Amino acid sequence: MASGVKPRVKVPKKAAAGDAITIKTLISHKMESGQRKDGDGNIIPRSIINRFTCDFNGQNVIDVTLEAAISTNPYIEFESLVPEAGEFKFTWYDDDGDVYDTTKKIAIG
Amino acid sequence: MNFKALTAIALVAGLSAPLAMAGGADDDNMVINGDTDMTTKAAAAAHLDGALDEVISGWHFRSDETQQLQLDDFDNPGMIFVDKAMDTWNAAEGTEGKACADCHDDPADSMAGVRATYPKWNEAAGEVRTLQMQVNDCRVNQMGAEAWKYDAGTAVDMEAMISVQSRGMPMNVAIDGGAADTWAKGKELYYTRTGQLELSCANCHEDNYGNYIRADHLSQGQTNGFPAYRLKNAKLNGVHSRFKGCVRDTRAETYSPGSAEFIALELYVASRGNGLAVEGPSVRN
Repeated sequence: MASGVKPRVKVPKKAAAGDAITIKTLISHKMESGQRKDGDGNIIPRSIINRFTCDFNGQNVIDVTLEAAISTNPYIEFESLVPEAGEFKFTWYDDDGDVYDTTKKIAIG
Repeated sequence: MNFKALTAIALVAGLSAPLAMAGGADDDNMVINGDTDMTTKAAAAAHLDGALDEVISGWHFRSDETQQLQLDDFDNPGMIFVDKAMDTWNAAEGTEGKACADCHDDPADSMAGVRATYPKWNEAAGEVRTLQMQVNDCRVNQMGAEAWKYDAGTAVDMEAMISVQSRGMPMNVAIDGGAADTWAKGKELYYTRTGQLELSCANCHEDNYGNYIRADHLSQGQTNGFPAYRLKNAKLNGVHSRFKGCVRDTRAETYSPGSAEFIALELYVASRGNGLAVEGPSVRN
C-alpha cells in the first residue's frame, strides 16, 4: 500500500429533496507518474490512483479515470442530485490493487 | 486586486515611497471556514519605528485563486499534513513508549497559543528555542525518541499541527530579557547584504514589498503563515528552508536550517510580525 493515503470528503449534512449539492473529495497520495528517475537513474515505477467512483444508494454518480499527469493529492469536486435521504459511497482504486473507501450520510430537510 | 484604491488611501495618509507604488497589498479580508476572522494587517511593533508603519500578511500579496485556497480547511492542501501530524501526535515512539498525547492530551487545549510566542527564550537551557527545537527536546528527553531533522517533513507537519491550534491569535514574540542578544543578532543578519547580488532581507521585504521582482510579487516576508504550503513543491515548508531559499537567491552560500544564524533570524522576523494572526498552515505560491 502506498504510504500516507487518507481519503477526505465534504458533503453537506442535509439537503432538500431533488437538490443538486456540491461534493468535494481529496485523497492524499503521492501520484508517482512513472516518468521520474531515482538517484541511480532507474525509473521509479508508476503508482497512482487510477479510478475514482461515487455511488449514492447503490446508483453510480460519477466514475472517473485518472491518468499519470494528475498531480499529487488529487482533488475532485462535482455535483450530485439528492432525490432522497441516503448514503454516498466514495471509492479510490490504487495502481497497486488497494482500494480505499469512505461513506457519508445525507438527510433530507 | 484593487491596488488603486489602496494607493489612494496611502497618498491621503501621507505615506511615502514604499506604499505609493503599483501593486501593493490588496484589501481583501481573510475569514477562515466562514467563522474565524484573521488579522492580516496590523500596526507595526514599536521596534519597527522608522522601518514599517503597518505589517501585512504575505496573503495579501498572492493572487485571488491562491488566497481562496486558504479560506477553507478542506481546500487548504496544508491541512492534509496537519492530519498526518495528528496521527503522529497520538503514536507512541521511543524508549519510554510515550506519545505526545500521553502528556499533552488534546492539542486543541494544550497547544493553544503556543505558536504565537515562538521562537522563545528558554531560561533553563539558556537559549532561544524555535518550536521545532522544543518538540525535539521533548522527543529526546521525554520520549527517548530520535530528534527529527530540522525542517524535515515530519517536523514541519508537527509544527503546522501545533500552529493550527493558535490560528487567529496575534503573534506575540518576546524580544527582551534573555532573547535580546539573539534578537539583535537576527536584526543584524536581516540588514546584512549577502551574496553576489548583495541583497539583504530588507532590500526586498522592507524597501520594496509590493513591487515585483521579475514575476514575483514581493511581500514583507512575514513568518506568521508558516509552515506554508507552497504550490511550487506541494508540501509544507519551514521558515528556515524559506530563509535558505532566499539567501541562495542572493547567490550566497547559505546557512543551514536549524543553525544559530537562522534561529536568530527567525526570532527577529517573527518579532516584525507581532500583531498579525497566526495563519499556519498558509497557502502560498
